[in-house]
Amino acid sequence: MTSSAQMNAPAPSSLRLVLTLAIAGLISGIAIIGIYESTLPTITANKARELREAVFKVLPGVSEMQQLVYRDGNLVVTEERRKDEQAVYGGYDRDGDFVGYAIPAAGPGFQDTIGLLYGFAPQQKHVLGMEILESRETPGLGDKIYKDAEFVGSFSALSIEPNIVAVKKGAKARPNEIDAITGATISSKAVVRIINEAHAEWSKRLPPAGSEPPLRGTGPAGSGGSP
Amino acid sequence: MKQNESYEEFIKGIWRDNPVFVQVLGMCPMLAVTNSAVNAIAMGMATFFVLVGSSFLVSSFRNWIPKQVRISCFIIIIATFVTVADYTLLALVPKVHKELGAFIPLIVANCMILGRQEAFSSRYPVRLAVMDAMGMASGFLLALFSLGAIREILGDGALFGIDLFGENFEPWIIMILPPGGFLTLGVILLFFNWFRFKKDEFLADVAAAERGGNG
Amino acid sequence: MDNLAWIFISALLVNNFVLTYFLGLCPFLGVSNSLETSARLGLATTFVMLVTAVCAWVLNTYVLIYAPYLRLICFIVVIASTVQFIEMLIKKLSPALFRAMGIFLPLITTNCAILGLAIFATNRGYGFMEGIVYALGAGIGFTLALVLLAGLREESELSNIPRLMKGTAMNLIIAGVLSMAFMGFAGLFSSA
Repeated sequence: MTSSAQMNAPAPSSLRLVLTLAIAGLISGIAIIGIYESTLPTITANKARELREAVFKVLPGVSEMQQLVYRDGNLVVTEERRKDEQAVYGGYDRDGDFVGYAIPAAGPGFQDTIGLLYGFAPQQKHVLGMEILESRETPGLGDKIYKDAEFVGSFSALSIEPNIVAVKKGAKARPNEIDAITGATISSKAVVRIINEAHAEWSKRLPPAGSEPPLRGTGPAGSGGSP
Repeated sequence: MKQNESYEEFIKGIWRDNPVFVQVLGMCPMLAVTNSAVNAIAMGMATFFVLVGSSFLVSSFRNWIPKQVRISCFIIIIATFVTVADYTLLALVPKVHKELGAFIPLIVANCMILGRQEAFSSRYPVRLAVMDAMGMASGFLLALFSLGAIREILGDGALFGIDLFGENFEPWIIMILPPGGFLTLGVILLFFNWFRFKKDEFLADVAAAERGGNG
Repeated sequence: MDNLAWIFISALLVNNFVLTYFLGLCPFLGVSNSLETSARLGLATTFVMLVTAVCAWVLNTYVLIYAPYLRLICFIVVIASTVQFIEMLIKKLSPALFRAMGIFLPLITTNCAILGLAIFATNRGYGFMEGIVYALGAGIGFTLALVLLAGLREESELSNIPRLMKGTAMNLIIAGVLSMAFMGFAGLFSSA
């Protein structure tokens, strides 16, 4: 049917073909840019809020944060980050004093990559908190790494030197040990390994304890605050 | 008369020509996101928007689009609607967008949508095309929802996140994992096959009875 | 190196494109009725995936950092035209290779596994080498799933299956069982 109709109709010039495609492309481009521009502020705000909430969760007592980018062997306070640069987030309390770093890390889990954020206090060398940002672990088993409040809660005042060790449930004896989840041992160990690897990497880069970059701006930061 | 015709176009997509259960089209996105009823509905709505929008445009411009470049034009139109849906979901419901993830852009590759443009919208007037698209999209949404609901109820003991059975229900986890998608759809198709066989048998019986009555 | 191995195994077995992401199901169910056709389709898909990975990397590095919103349209247009161009090239240069996989090329271009590969690789921020390895894993994984299903289907042709079960329903259930088997690969890397 199509072919017979095509035969009867005179073949359109190639100019017309190109023109049709160009017009379609133009209209589509305008529509896409329109929706992008109109949703961008909301999307950016959503992302910033999510990040803020995660940082505040892994660093208890924090009310201010700023992005610290690792650039040329130093931590630089900046909002800008190039694609190949890595960043951590510094958390500060109400008086503007440094509390700890929130460090993003990722690695292979049971099913797929697990992405997480952990809070690290350089003075005591403690992990202060852990939040899973992204995972596709098995529902009902592996997903306990973020649904099991006990497991998530055990990442507080957890000693990270020389490294964290996941032990069988109930066998925790030393300050650097953590109870693995029954039925999700591999996922629990994966979380611990991801944090250990990230720590090994970042402990070489972070400045010595006590000389962390101060909160940008002078005096105690009262503005901003948590939303 | 006219009214009847467009009603007919609408209703056929939901049952007789259901894109998923009868035509078995558009399965890639549909199996991957139907592990919960909410995700299934979000995906269904996004597909609804894309299909109805592109059918409307394609049908409106059907006399201007030259045959030789029609597929490219259809794809540009569909991709535009998908991008719009993608950004809208990201802005309005970031949580759902995170769950659906890469499968929203993949709506573009849903063969059902391009199929409808080629087979229907590019040949019929706007009203019929939109009715057809709405029917097909509703059928798709319905199929996604039933799959999502079945999988969530069996696999999680809940519907829309609300616990249904209480403590003692041991969830059938495999149902919300990938194998569950294949198995659930397989069993539903079995049901449809059975239904069709029964109908054919019934029609054959009626025909035989009529012949007997005449002879 | 460790990372590349993880990407490869993950795409090949643990997160097999067909059996856990449901990508490329149309050819999976449509073409997989004979072993030989499946193997050839798998080869062609792996090839297109490699091309896609290169295209996606080029676009991501040089174009899309300025205009992220054009991602979808760019991917579709560039992948489709590149594949078409390569198809013509193969036809000219190696008629034998063209006979082996040529007829599948236009069919594959609009396949969701191809677009899915480009989008997944972008979302995960893969670089050039990572993208290539990911494409290779995904392509071989696709071939593996296709060939396995084709083998099972060839067997089931000869067995006595209820009339009701024949066709797509049966294939989906076979695929479900295969998918369950592949779940056993989870944890390959993290248990070490």
